[in-house]
Amino acid sequence: MTRLHVDWTRCDGHGSCTELLPELLAPDDWGFPVSLTGERDPQVPPQLERHARHAERSCPLMALRRV
Amino acid sequence: MSLTAAPPTRRLLTVGRATTLPTPGPVELAELASLAGLTGRGGAGFPTATKLRAVVAGHAPVVVGNAMEGEPLSQKDAVLVTRAPHLVIEGLAIVGRALGARQTVLALGPRVAAGPAQAVAQDHGVEVRSLRGGFVAGQESALVSQLDGRAPVPRDPLVRVTTRGVEGRPTLVLNAETLAHLALVARFGAPWFREVGTAEEPGTSLFTLSGKVRRPGVVEAVRGSRLADVLACGTPVDPVAVLVGGYHGAWLPADALDTRLTRSDLQAHGATVGAGVLHVLGPDRCPLRVTAGIAGYLAGESAGQCGPCVNGLPRIADSLRRLADRSRDPGLPAEIDRLGRLVTGRGACAHPDGTARMVASTLRVFAGHVAAHRAGWCPTDERWTR
Repeated sequence: MTRLHVDWTRCDGHGSCTELLPELLAPDDWGFPVSLTGERDPQVPPQLERHARHAERSCPLMALRRV
Repeated sequence: MSLTAAPPTRRLLTVGRATTLPTPGPVELAELASLAGLTGRGGAGFPTATKLRAVVAGHAPVVVGNAMEGEPLSQKDAVLVTRAPHLVIEGLAIVGRALGARQTVLALGPRVAAGPAQAVAQDHGVEVRSLRGGFVAGQESALVSQLDGRAPVPRDPLVRVTTRGVEGRPTLVLNAETLAHLALVARFGAPWFREVGTAEEPGTSLFTLSGKVRRPGVVEAVRGSRLADVLACGTPVDPVAVLVGGYHGAWLPADALDTRLTRSDLQAHGATVGAGVLHVLGPDRCPLRVTAGIAGYLAGESAGQCGPCVNGLPRIADSLRRLADRSRDPGLPAEIDRLGRLVTGRGACAHPDGTARMVASTLRVFAGHVAAHRAGWCPTDERWTR
């Protein structure tokens, strides 16, 4: 199963990932993504794989990666 | 020196130069480190054998000795590199030869003198570099970045420096003290190393004593010693609490001075030995004020790359300062707790995690202080104005 990894040195909190994957990511006080599963790099359940791919492609800074 | 103190075991600061340098191969060296039970002395306490094996497979790696010593309360690497530079350089040379390193570097922070190391480095083909400092500059990837001529900031940990480090080569970064221990293990053997310390944590470690002590400085002590015994070397004055592990460490209250300085015993206090910093807080200073100051410093030391750290650490520091200022805001402790959990695990390095851990321990250990401050008074002031 793939995981979502945020490269924090790239992320500027644009927020597209939290919009596209509300099941796994929520914005924090400043708009940066927070993992909702409690894992540092949250696992992507198969039914969300398509959305995760979309979120990865939509990140303007390429900070979100499926690993 | 107090008579109750365990006799300090002097290894690192008294052993002379090797007549001939031991030349173990890569497998043998990792095996030696494993048998000795040697762990990293830079803070994380990672098994050295595992690190050595991580680059054994790599081709022509770069080996870096880390004496950046970014922790303001630590002086042990500066003392070691000044007083026993030969051990650090020998350690580097042994690792470099074993791994077939293309480059072997000793990286010194601005508080570490280069002269003594330079005097022995040439004989062993080790390069000594004096680099820019900063709290996070000694973090592995930040150090690699600086050696590559870029800013001393950590990078995303997805690709480890053992895979791609200095100039894209597999890079092994070992703390200066770890290298000195490794040099001694190669010379005298793993059983010798294990003659002192505990079975889980053998050998000795350097500790830096500071704060409310008569004789601050660096001491070498057997691992697993009682906190009180190591502190006794510096003669603490009326300790209220001890910050164990430095600015990313945790407080132990005065009633916990019998705690042994081992991973398992310190775990109950949320602390680790870290890089061996022991900072004594006396009764004349407000712990919340002290911690607010440290948190403010740490916020300023953020590399400025990761949003949660850049935004969260100043907020934590500011909330602590308001608490120390006896703000009547009843939500402050809960807010500090929430912010600490919010930043944890959300950065390229462990700077937010370490800061949050230290702050959380403050609220836990000084719960009475927190309650008093919320009621509008400070127990420290009270005691000293009476």
